[in-house]
Amino acid sequence: MDISFILQQIVNGFSLGSMYALIAIGYTLVYGVLRLINFAHGDIMMVGAFMAFIFLGILTGWKFDNISMPIFSTAVFFSIIVTSIVGVLTYLVAYKPLLEKGAPKISLLITAIGISFFLESVFNVIANQYLGGNYQSFYFPKFFSKIIHIGNITIPILTIIVPIMTLALLGIVLFILYKTKVGIAIRAIAFDMHTVKLMGADANKIIAFVFILGSALAAIGGVSYAMAYPSIDPYMGVLVGLKAFAAAVVGGIGSVTGAVIGGFILGFVEVAIPGFFPELGGWKDAFAFILLIFVLLFKPTGIMGIDFERQRF
Amino acid sequence: MMKIKTLSAKEYFSLIALITAIFIAFLYFSPKIFSDYTLTVLGNIYIFIILAISYNLINGVTGQFSLEPNGFVAIGAYVTAILMLSPEIKSQMYMLTEPLPLIKDVYIPIPFLALLISGLLASLVALTLAFPVFRVRGDYLAIVTLGFGFIIRIFLINTPSVSNGSMGLDSIPGFASYFLIGLISLISVILVYNIVYSRFGRAMKAVRDDEDAAMAMGVNTFKIKTIAFMTSAFFEGVGGGILASSIGSISPDQFTFMLTFQLLIIIVLGGLGSMSGAILATFLFLGGMELLRPLDDASWHFGFIHGIPGLRMVVFSLILLLLMLFARRGLLGDKEIWDYIKLKIKK
Repeated sequence: MDISFILQQIVNGFSLGSMYALIAIGYTLVYGVLRLINFAHGDIMMVGAFMAFIFLGILTGWKFDNISMPIFSTAVFFSIIVTSIVGVLTYLVAYKPLLEKGAPKISLLITAIGISFFLESVFNVIANQYLGGNYQSFYFPKFFSKIIHIGNITIPILTIIVPIMTLALLGIVLFILYKTKVGIAIRAIAFDMHTVKLMGADANKIIAFVFILGSALAAIGGVSYAMAYPSIDPYMGVLVGLKAFAAAVVGGIGSVTGAVIGGFILGFVEVAIPGFFPELGGWKDAFAFILLIFVLLFKPTGIMGIDFERQRF
Repeated sequence: MMKIKTLSAKEYFSLIALITAIFIAFLYFSPKIFSDYTLTVLGNIYIFIILAISYNLINGVTGQFSLEPNGFVAIGAYVTAILMLSPEIKSQMYMLTEPLPLIKDVYIPIPFLALLISGLLASLVALTLAFPVFRVRGDYLAIVTLGFGFIIRIFLINTPSVSNGSMGLDSIPGFASYFLIGLISLISVILVYNIVYSRFGRAMKAVRDDEDAAMAMGVNTFKIKTIAFMTSAFFEGVGGGILASSIGSISPDQFTFMLTFQLLIIIVLGGLGSMSGAILATFLFLGGMELLRPLDDASWHFGFIHGIPGLRMVVFSLILLLLMLFARRGLLGDKEIWDYIKLKIKK
């Protein structure tokens, strides 16, 4: 086993892991404030990828030729906005009325599954009816697929950009959480929502902001995912979303840094095990859940070790 | 509001006797009345009743949100298929690789025994899942069981020496006649009813309504949740075995999350925790599936509405969302239909 092969695996693991991390942050934020596994989050990521695709199509007249950087950034920007709106709508239309009625948690979880299925089937219909098929190739500027050679390692630029972007976004999220007023409010809600309401803060607005933040990150994650496997389909979010949740639990649910660490670990595991034991390649999608079960068995609080019944973020 | 008690022993036995007599008579005469197509749909409904009431046991009665049915149904279907197929047929059928010696040689062509083993294996798997999951509070059960469904599928596709890979198994002996499906369904309903209204059932409801209080009253919540999960898995395994036999061929793609989603809609529609509600909702849902079939058909028109492939699932997920928002208690809430009848009579 030569060193360049290992380095190559590490780079790939970083890249895959950062996509899981971007989605896991959204899970962990929503779990923090509502104690709810937002099953629809993976599909929010799918919405992000599809919206980027649709805006790219509109901007290039559905030809997808010579996409320049400005066009691409505009499309991604609009995709982030639309995805955030979809994300916050899921809260306002579905979760909020249930929370106000004091519905048991099982109702919230069933609703989450319902939203997830709803988004999948709606985009399934849209893709089949208007885009001409379930599977679509995802186009992006040629710049991202340029390949850099360092010694024996070949790295597409995308593989470097995504982890750097993830770490930068993690910095922004941590800044929002710890240095701004909204962040203080979010952490306070995670700690005790009723007291926050008694203090006169509008809990609804803050939770809505959490959904916007999580959905925006999911949209970025979705676009990077679509670029890495240059294709999209309405069911792409299911498995990725589940794995990202597993990553969030591995890292310690409720902790943003933990979510990113968990995402990177999962990325490494998924790249390294098939890399070193090719015969296990078909089992790749099962690793996340096996990892999850082991974490639940031996360290239910996850790596960051936060007792999620008491403290958060 | 008047307090509703469960049926007294006398009422219970007369109800069971009545339902059994009517249902067996119905099973006996229906081949003479209905067409083959109707019988197939009815048989399908009976299988779904087994799955729905057992799914209701963990989700509705015990209140632990779980998304497992597709995994356990797949286990049951494959175990029954492997047990019922003779070694000669299996060595011909496994084309990708030779089947493992154990898989090849095991041959138990007795339907009831095969179904029993399928159920027991499924509940054994449930036990191994329950151990890591129920140790922690919270809603990990949902995500672990959802992941478990994926793992089962990945396992079936990637180990051709056990499951014949993505090609699946076919020519499974069709022991599941219409009459037998109905009979097993009836037995399952009676068994699950007895569990729900037994000491264990009361403990399960206590766990659902307030886990802390149940614990304080001396209920071993871990044990109760595990028993509920294993029982649920047992009946899902049995249901999977019957499904395999009644369809005749199985492949990993039949047991996707879609199956779980359909069952979820059924138990929410019927009212979480109500057995008769689940049975009623199975009829309504599968009937509705047949009625809404045109929505998936591109050539169908009704005014400006026209069918688009996949539209049916949009409608069903919307129904689930609306049910959760506006009619969370479903058709019957967590009560049984005879509770309502009793209330009416007393008034």
